[in-house]
Amino acid sequence: MKKIIKYVMTDILRNRIVLFYTLLLFATAFSMFSLEDNISKGLLSLLNIILIIVPLVSIIFSTIYVYNSAEFIELLVSQPLKRRSIWLSLFTGLSASLCLAFLVGAGIPVLIYQANATGFLMIAMGVILSSIFVAIAMLAAVKTRDKAKGIGASILLWLYFSLLFDGLVLFLLFQFADYPLEKPMIAITAFNPVDLGRILILLQMDVSALMGYTGAIFRDFFGTYTGLVFSFTILFTWIFVPVWLSLRKFNRKDL
Amino acid sequence: MKKTGLLIWISILVQMNARARIIDVGPNRACSSVTAAVKMALDGDTVRVYAGRYFEKNLVIGKRIVLIGINHPVLDGEKKYEVISIKANGVVVDGFHIQHSGVSSIEDFGGIKIYQCRDVIIRNNILDDTFFGIYCQQATNCTIRNNRVTAYSDEEQQSGNGIHCWKSDSLLIIGNTITGHRDGIYFEFVTHSIIWRNTSYKNLRYGLHFMFSQEDTYVANIFRGNGAGVAVMYSHGVKMYGNFFEQNWGDAAYGLLIKELSDSYIEGNYFNKNTTGIHLEGATRISMKRNQFEDNGWGMKIQASCMDINVTMNNFTGNTFDVGTNGSLMLNSFDKNYWDKYDGYDLNRDKIGDIPYRPVSLYSMIVEKNPPAMILFRSFISALMDKTEKIIPSITPENMKDEHPMMKKYK
Repeated sequence: MKKIIKYVMTDILRNRIVLFYTLLLFATAFSMFSLEDNISKGLLSLLNIILIIVPLVSIIFSTIYVYNSAEFIELLVSQPLKRRSIWLSLFTGLSASLCLAFLVGAGIPVLIYQANATGFLMIAMGVILSSIFVAIAMLAAVKTRDKAKGIGASILLWLYFSLLFDGLVLFLLFQFADYPLEKPMIAITAFNPVDLGRILILLQMDVSALMGYTGAIFRDFFGTYTGLVFSFTILFTWIFVPVWLSLRKFNRKDL
Repeated sequence: MKKTGLLIWISILVQMNARARIIDVGPNRACSSVTAAVKMALDGDTVRVYAGRYFEKNLVIGKRIVLIGINHPVLDGEKKYEVISIKANGVVVDGFHIQHSGVSSIEDFGGIKIYQCRDVIIRNNILDDTFFGIYCQQATNCTIRNNRVTAYSDEEQQSGNGIHCWKSDSLLIIGNTITGHRDGIYFEFVTHSIIWRNTSYKNLRYGLHFMFSQEDTYVANIFRGNGAGVAVMYSHGVKMYGNFFEQNWGDAAYGLLIKELSDSYIEGNYFNKNTTGIHLEGATRISMKRNQFEDNGWGMKIQASCMDINVTMNNFTGNTFDVGTNGSLMLNSFDKNYWDKYDGYDLNRDKIGDIPYRPVSLYSMIVEKNPPAMILFRSFISALMDKTEKIIPSITPENMKDEHPMMKKYK
C-alpha cells in the first residue's frame, strides 16, 4: 500500500498542473497580503480562494486523474493486491499531494503574515476541504464510466456546493422568514462542508457582527467545545462517507 | 472668565477657612462620631474624619461645611440607610469610603445624595456597593470629581445608577470611574453640564444614559463593555468629542444609540469592536466628523427617519458592514470619508476617488430584513449579489453614496 501511495504521490507531484496550482496559490496569497495595507482584507481574499478555488481544483484534478490512471488501476488490479488497498492508497496519494500543495502554496504566506488562531483555522479548513473534494471526485469518477460525464458531474457538484446550495438556503430563508430559523440553519449547514468551514472562519473574523441576536445563536453553538467537535466530526464524515461509498462501488465494479 | 470666577471662589473659601474651626473626628479625637461633629460645626467649618469605621445611619449635612476624610475613613450604611444626604449649599465631601447603602424599590437611596442645593463638591471618594452612587437632585453648579463608584448587582431592578443627575444644571463630572451599576452616568433634564474623562465600564445597561438633557458636552470619556452601550435620547445641542466606545456586544447593544436628537456634534470619537458602532433613529441636523469606526459589525446604522446628518471625514476600517439602513429614503449626506472597502481609482491624483462609493451593501439590507441570512455572509452567492448590486443598484438607497471617497486614511 505504501508503495502505491508513494508512486501516486511522485506521479502527481511531478505533474506540472499541481506545481502550477502551488505556485498560483503562493503568488496570490503573497500578493494579497503584501498589496493590502489591511491584513484582514488579505485574509478575506484568501477566504474566497479557500472556499472557491481549492474545492474546484481538487475536484476537477482528482476526477481527471482517476480517469487517466484507469490503465494503471487495471494493471494493479491484475496483481495480487486487494482492491480496497489500491483504492484507498489512490485516495491517500491524491489528497496528500493536494494538501501538500495547499500547505506550501497558501500555508507559508499565512504563517508569515497571520500566524494566529484565524490563520491556523484557515489552513486547517483548506486542508480538510481539499480532502473532502478529492473524496467527492473519486465517488463521481467511480460512478460513471464515461470520462466527459464524470468531469461534468464533478463540476456540477462543485457548483452545487459553492453556489446552488447557498442560493437554495437563501430562498428557504425568505420563504420561511416568519419562522424562527436560527436553529434549523445550524442543522442545514451540516449538509455543505463549504458552508461549515466558512462559518467556522466567520466566527473568528466577524465576531462583532456575529454578536447580534442571530449571530449569538450560531456563536453559542459553533463557538463552544461541543460545537467545534460537532463541526469537525461532520467535516470528517464528509471525507469518510464519499470514500466509503466509492470504495464499495469500486470493489464490485467490472473494470 | 470661568477660571477667574473659580479663583475668586477659591480665595473666598480660603479666607473663610482661615477663620473657621476644624473639628477632628476619630478614635481618641475630639469627637468620635461624624454626626456629632456635623452638629457642632457652624457654617464654614471643616470636619476632618480620620481612618476608621463609622456607622452614622443617615448622615444629613444641613450646613455649609467641608467634610474631609483622611486615609479614606469608612462610612457604612449597613444596607439600610442613605449614607450622606447633602441639604446645604457649598458643601465639600472629600476622601471617604462609602459602602453598603440601603436598597429600596420605593426610595432612591444614594451613597451621596444632593438635595436641591448648589456649589457642592464631591471628590476623591470611593463608593462601594451602593444602590445609587452619587445622586444629584435639582443640583446646580456642583462638581463630582475623581470618585470610584462600584456596585455588584446582577439585575437591573436591584441596582441604581452610578452617577444619577435629575433636573440639574451646570454640573461638572470629571475623572470618575463607574462600574457594575444599572447605568454608569444617568442624565435626565440636566442642562449645561460637562462630562469629562470618566471611565464607565461593565455596567448592566448603559454606560451613559441621556434623556431630555439640552446643551451638554461630553469629552474624552471611555465607555467599554456596557450591557447596551451609550444612549442619547430626546435631547438637543449635545456635543460629543473624543470619546471611546468599545466592545459593546449584543443584538441591542450599540456603541452609541442616538434617538430623537437634534443640532448636535459627534466629532473625533472612536468606535471600536461594537456590534453596531452608532445607531441613529429620528435624528436631525447632526455633524459627524473625524470619527474612527474600526472593527465593528456595523460601523453605522442610520434609519430612514434621520435627516440632515452630515457624515464627513470619518475613517471606516475593518467593519463587517460600513453602513446599514432600513429603507430607500436617504436625506443625509456622506462626503469625503475614508472607506477601506472602496475599490475605485484616482486618475487625477487629487487623493479623492473618481467614482462614488456606496457604503450600503445589498447583503446588509438582506441581513437587516432577515437576520438568519447572516449565516450565508461571505459566501460566493452573497459576494455575487453585492457585486451585481454595485453595478445596478436596485434595493439599496440610490442617493446613499459618498461622492468624494478618500484614497488614504485620515491620520
